[in-house]
Amino acid sequence: MYQWDFGSLWTYRWLFVQGLGVTAAFTVAIVVIGLLVGLAAGLAKLSHVAPLRWLSNAYIEVFRCTPLLVQLVWFYYALPILAGIEISAVGASVLALSLYGGSFYAEIIRGGIVSIDRGQGEAAAALGMTPAQSLRRIILPQALKRMVPPLMNQSIIQFKNTSLVSVLAVPDLLYQGQVAAHDSYRPLEIYTLVAVLYFAALYPLTWIVRRGEQRLATSD
Amino acid sequence: MTDVSGRAKIEIAHLAKSFGTQAVLKDVSLAVPAGGVVALIGPSGSGKSTLLRCINLLVVPDAGEVRVGDDAFRFGAGTKLPGTKALARFRAGTGMVFQHFNLFPHLTALQNVMEGPVTVQRLPKAEAEARARALLAKVGLADKAEQYPSRLSGGQKQRVAIARALAMEPEVMLFDEATSALDPELVGEVLSVMRALAADGMTMVIVTHEIAFAREVADRVVFLRDGVVVEEGPARTLIDAPQHPDTQAFLAHFHRRGEAPAA
Repeated sequence: MYQWDFGSLWTYRWLFVQGLGVTAAFTVAIVVIGLLVGLAAGLAKLSHVAPLRWLSNAYIEVFRCTPLLVQLVWFYYALPILAGIEISAVGASVLALSLYGGSFYAEIIRGGIVSIDRGQGEAAAALGMTPAQSLRRIILPQALKRMVPPLMNQSIIQFKNTSLVSVLAVPDLLYQGQVAAHDSYRPLEIYTLVAVLYFAALYPLTWIVRRGEQRLATSD
Repeated sequence: MTDVSGRAKIEIAHLAKSFGTQAVLKDVSLAVPAGGVVALIGPSGSGKSTLLRCINLLVVPDAGEVRVGDDAFRFGAGTKLPGTKALARFRAGTGMVFQHFNLFPHLTALQNVMEGPVTVQRLPKAEAEARARALLAKVGLADKAEQYPSRLSGGQKQRVAIARALAMEPEVMLFDEATSALDPELVGEVLSVMRALAADGMTMVIVTHEIAFAREVADRVVFLRDGVVVEEGPARTLIDAPQHPDTQAFLAHFHRRGEAPAA
């Protein structure tokens, strides 16, 4: 029987704190950038301008249909050579994760917008609103309410996806766990703790999402 | 009842519109004098709603001319489609009321009515609110100003929608089956608001199945079928003594149901 020894991990407490901080910062960055990219791509997919639609479609499908791990590695090793630029591991990670998340956000945002009754846009147009005014004042405020639960879900997935950046030696929670495991020869305790930390950070978020969905269901 | 230059307020000429291969309007012309009330009647699929939506260019015609007041647009081969800015400016001068109200559910009744003046006309909030409250009072809903649409009855929703359209101080009002989605007992309150508007001298085009109302309030009635104007004339004359067999057949249905007084 294996003898668990969690007490010895206390030495590495600051490593875990730092790792969790990097993971959290990454999540915030890729969620914010991903949402902006997703909004642009989602709107482009609804555009009357055909090339914009094609471009957005191509982007969404490429990033949805290739594994995130492959994208990370490609952005870190291949892109710098092809584009002739230097890109740090953090830069490549933020770029890949944001674009990957953006492709899913785009579909959620597009779906939210088209789910709003046509009559809303017609009423706004009949009042003399331009399409941009109609979107900002009438369509998006309603669509946003419907988008929030799936956007939150996707963001939770993005939180977990940040663990993949450890392959590029970005010092996130999982990477710091690996460092501690190599140092302590206590991988069972370490990886168990890493899993518990992810869970502890995410479970409250899923609870918030569920509350949000219930509120949404009762409000209209 | 024409303006100083002797022109009609609304003038539609040789309008044509197809959806795919389906020709919905074929060479339709229509003129409404200032202060005039015209009712468009006809069976479903006759093109009357499409015609109404062409007047504020919610539906862009394939060919023909649309003029409301001083704003005129020409459509067809060799003409450029109006840009979104020009379209928006044009629509701001026409009010439209929809069958399903299309109130903005995330805004209160008051905010619904203020939305056009604030966003489109850039009116200061206080001024827009004063105008909106006055209009809600006019449609008998002063006490519902702070309610969200989900808390209003169908008739109340439609009256808010009328106030919302009036808030833009439009030159003309377009009603697209404004009472068709209402429970029978709620139709009266909406019709009485429309009746008061007509009495105030508002230029109105009404798509309706309320034949008795059309007879009473409209100056002229236009009967459409399969995208063409079959018969047009003074409201009472056309409804009480239709000339064309199609009009007779259509109206006979209503007479049988006792919805219009017999001739």
